[in-house]
Amino acid sequence: MSARYCGDYKTSYGQEMVLFQTFFSRLWILLFLIGLYTAPLYLNEYALYVCNLIGIAVIGALGLNILAGFTGQISLGHGAFLGVGAYASAYLVMDLGVPFFVALPCAGLIAACCGLVFGIPSLRLKGLYLAIATLAAQFIIEYLMVHVEGVTNGVLGKMVDFPSCLGFSFDTDQRYFYLVTTLALLATLITKNIVRTRPGRAFIAIRDQPVSAEVMGVNPFKYKLMAFAFSSFLAGIAGSLWAHYVTIITPEHFTLGVSIEYLAMIIIGGMGQIIGSIFGAVFMVLLPEVLRVASGALSGQFPVIVNLFAAIKEGVFGLIIIAFLIYEPDGLAHRWQLAKSYWKLWPFSQ
Amino acid sequence: MLDATAGDDLRVVLEVEGVTLSFGGVNALLNVSLQVENGSIYSIIGPNGAGKSSLFNVISGLYRPQRGSVLFKGQDLTLLPAHKIAPLGLARSFQQVELFKGMTVIENLLLGRHIHMRAGLFSGGLFWGKAREEELRHRQVVEKIIDFLEIEHIREKTVATLPYGLRKRLELGRALALEPELLLLDEPMAGLNQEETEDMARFILDINQERRTTLLLIEHDMGVVMDISDRVAVLNFGELLAAGTPHAIQEHPAVIEAYLGAEDSVFPEGRSGSRNIL
Repeated sequence: MSARYCGDYKTSYGQEMVLFQTFFSRLWILLFLIGLYTAPLYLNEYALYVCNLIGIAVIGALGLNILAGFTGQISLGHGAFLGVGAYASAYLVMDLGVPFFVALPCAGLIAACCGLVFGIPSLRLKGLYLAIATLAAQFIIEYLMVHVEGVTNGVLGKMVDFPSCLGFSFDTDQRYFYLVTTLALLATLITKNIVRTRPGRAFIAIRDQPVSAEVMGVNPFKYKLMAFAFSSFLAGIAGSLWAHYVTIITPEHFTLGVSIEYLAMIIIGGMGQIIGSIFGAVFMVLLPEVLRVASGALSGQFPVIVNLFAAIKEGVFGLIIIAFLIYEPDGLAHRWQLAKSYWKLWPFSQ
Repeated sequence: MLDATAGDDLRVVLEVEGVTLSFGGVNALLNVSLQVENGSIYSIIGPNGAGKSSLFNVISGLYRPQRGSVLFKGQDLTLLPAHKIAPLGLARSFQQVELFKGMTVIENLLLGRHIHMRAGLFSGGLFWGKAREEELRHRQVVEKIIDFLEIEHIREKTVATLPYGLRKRLELGRALALEPELLLLDEPMAGLNQEETEDMARFILDINQERRTTLLLIEHDMGVVMDISDRVAVLNFGELLAAGTPHAIQEHPAVIEAYLGAEDSVFPEGRSGSRNIL
């Protein structure tokens, strides 16, 4: 439900910058936050585990959306940058004994530096060509994760502890939920602020009209690199959180498949929409779980289906992505907009 | 001699000198020179393909000329990357409207304020104190431009939803948001109806008179050009045919020949000979 005065009664530009404008939108966001932070009271361990995966995916998807959705630079290396963050954090905490809350931003910064280096081709390359160049980042980093065994322990995988701070350990799903949720909300807020201020406008300008952006004084190379760095920073944070949650990481966790999964997230959620990253992350994490539960329930009646499960899961996955590209190319964020404008006029909307 | 050049610098804001631009042997511009006086309206006319837009692209740093220089307030623009030219006080619009389609009118204009703003990833991400204050301050500047161009009713609209005439006007606004000393407008009237053309001419005159902005125009509408320009230059096949007051241009034999076509004798054989192949 929402209600608005029939008129715009704002008297200052400051009032227009408020993120949640109306009483009801503020009420809804408050209820959402209360619901979110009390979730561990009424959700079971499994549901919280899924929520944590969603929270981590939200952070990663926000990063990729800045790069691909807002700046228009397609990257196929996001999975690798997640891996850089994961291994950086694991190495800092496990081998060097750095406290987790120092290692977390460091992991982000190290991933950001990698992103900067692999973003350099974006000066010359556009579209598909850039995608192929970032593919190189994916393969090089994957190779390093397997072969620099001193840091990564190679294909055997690296053990990682739950994060702890001043004797308090985030060792249960409930505790980790608060950590992940808070960071995901923070990442969302910061990303939203970036896209509504000067750097965000420069990103969008480069995506929409690179030539006129340059003529208006936007340094395209600087802002493309900035987008790469910020995107990889968030990927690094997500990777670090993921590593400390699953507690064992191997190079197989950060393959090209992960990069494409993140691209699918922002396409399904909505490119160039902050809320799209959230919808996409929720959708892409929930979908396999839902498919798993559904096929589990069906397997009672059709035992054959259990053997086919893997194939069906991938097939349905692909079908849903294709259906989205055809029927809702603007993503779930656009659906959300339509739904909102429908309820704004309800019961007089049609 | 030295004193004379120093005096010229104040009077002449833009000096194009012997610019030659070629694409694989085809000359888009051949030894073009012109001087734009401070505070004037200077129009460039010429048939399609005469090199007018190429000249704009050279001035705004998108093309590098093979020879010649472009001095803006005494600084050579041909040595600078395109994004370093805007902060010197030079803005331009494009022939095909090149706005940022995904942004609203306000956001497009705020992007025009890019060089006057400071916020980066950190301050922008926090949106607190300085960054917020900066947004508010520049929003006020932008609102003045919205006021000036009479586009209050569309300020929240996304560019993709706007009709052509308003896009053209918004593109002028975005260039204006930069607060340039020299404004390059590439066919501001193209595709506009009579009423919109008159509005645009009024805006151009107002910009020139109220803001003391020097304007360099490319335009095909001869009525407008002859009405509002202080000086007119004519380009043909990449060469400068003539430059002078609108009156002088209208009577110039070479211009009449280029536009209306006259006997070959107007040009000596040697100069037009190579063009006959084209």
